[in-house]
Amino acid sequence: MPPGAPPLLSARGVTKFYDAIPGCRDVSFDIWPGEVLGIVGESGSGKTTMLNCISARLEPTSGTVEYATRHDGPADIYRMSEPVRRLLMRTDWGFVHQNPQEGLRMGVSAGANIGERLMAVGARHYGNIREAAADWLDKVEMDTGRMDDLPFTFSGGMQQRLQIARNLVTAPRIVFMDEPTGGLDVSVQARLLDLLRGLVADLGLAAVIVTHDLAVARLLSHRLLVMRRGKVVESGLTDQVLDDPEHPYSQLLVSSVLHP
Amino acid sequence: MTEDGYNFAYLDEQTKRMIRRAILKAVAIPGYQVPFGSREMPLPYGWGTGGIQVTASIIGRDDTLKVIDQGADDTVNAVSIRKFFARTAGVATTERTEDATIVQTRHRIPETPLAAGQILVYQVPIPEPLRWLEPREAETRKMHALEEYGAMHVRLYEDIARFGHIATSYDYPVRVNGRYLARPSPIPKFDNPKMDRLPALQLFGAGREKRIYAIPPHTEVRSLDFDDHPFEVQTWDEACAFCGAADSFLDEIVTDDRGGRLFVCSDTDYCGKRRAAGHTGSATRDPERGGA
Repeated sequence: MPPGAPPLLSARGVTKFYDAIPGCRDVSFDIWPGEVLGIVGESGSGKTTMLNCISARLEPTSGTVEYATRHDGPADIYRMSEPVRRLLMRTDWGFVHQNPQEGLRMGVSAGANIGERLMAVGARHYGNIREAAADWLDKVEMDTGRMDDLPFTFSGGMQQRLQIARNLVTAPRIVFMDEPTGGLDVSVQARLLDLLRGLVADLGLAAVIVTHDLAVARLLSHRLLVMRRGKVVESGLTDQVLDDPEHPYSQLLVSSVLHP
Repeated sequence: MTEDGYNFAYLDEQTKRMIRRAILKAVAIPGYQVPFGSREMPLPYGWGTGGIQVTASIIGRDDTLKVIDQGADDTVNAVSIRKFFARTAGVATTERTEDATIVQTRHRIPETPLAAGQILVYQVPIPEPLRWLEPREAETRKMHALEEYGAMHVRLYEDIARFGHIATSYDYPVRVNGRYLARPSPIPKFDNPKMDRLPALQLFGAGREKRIYAIPPHTEVRSLDFDDHPFEVQTWDEACAFCGAADSFLDEIVTDDRGGRLFVCSDTDYCGKRRAAGHTGSATRDPERGGA
């Protein structure tokens, strides 16, 4: 990243109220290309609301989210026209759900799941789509022989890999992940994290990862936001926040982790 | 003779006016599904309530109506709809495609090419081509509005991955006038090329789903495909057993329980005319093979 380069995504004062109930309040941050930002906090702290707000899935009550588009420079994602925003969401962005069944098309084969985004942006050559699908299965360390199997025949970890492959096939610049390792057992989690770390580094992806697992945050993210009751209480470099937390809540969070 | 106690063609004039407005809008925006206030008709949903309402709104006293079901004029659905209009509108009916001004159809386009001035009315069960991909109506409308049709190819991809070729053989999705994606109702894909630049007006009515759409005369209709798996229609190794036609859509008829079967034209009018003109097929030349 050259010094002084503009951020890829910048949130300013993002606030979302569900009627009178605050989801997140006055959240501001920047993400630069290739950077991984972790968001940690307890359940109900507004992590997912914030993620949805910055990924154009939920319009905030107030505040702006600007994204540096490839051609037109920074643009407010809620001010741009809907076709442009939807195109961005299925090409430049990826979204990995905690539950892979939300992010996958369960009725069609793994190959079709990976190929969908390519077809959505105009790929019309079956052979090429298939080749790309096989390539991505390989990249997420799945057996290419299972390309024509339906996702429900896969284990949870494999479904999560498939979801990641499906999102990365259009070479997005930023990926939003909501608890990508939630619900997986620790050894599968470790392999998935290893894979994610490799992919993010190889592809120069920017990523926003929401998690309540501090180990995940430590492994993947460069910077960390700690959220509580909808507000960011502390932000900084990952090791700085985790090893030398300043805010009492961050201290509580870090000290709550069991060390076996 | 018109049955007493009914308005001409069953529907009241206000309803017909409402449906005609929907049809006009549909013709103006080829392939776009126009919502309309579908009425209860004296037959069950799924039997052609949409087609009947469209026909009832466009039919006049001078029209000649032909009704086909799977290509045949003599099946229950075709006979009862034909009778319905003979009773409620007193219009002339015919089985000859070229004599009809309105052809209401379920599952086929007649083999005899339709001419300018004729109207083809389709009975449509599910009008939304994206329904298979997206269950939310609000979302499919948005996808139509923004021309987000790429995902439709997922279905074709899945066909090739499973069967080695595009196995969708009926209700094959088409792009109308380079814009709206439409379902041609459950006609075999054999008939899809006939829709392209057809000189006749094509109207589609979905009664249960309350949608009308249209393909105006001479409009481009393109079937979706892949560059390396182009659109193809069904072919048969045999010709029609009755009339010897090699260019028509054939139905397979099981004739006994020892594996005997016949392939015959699904379009009874086309087959009958060819036989009247002296054409013969394997079964009509050799009665031992059954049939005829």
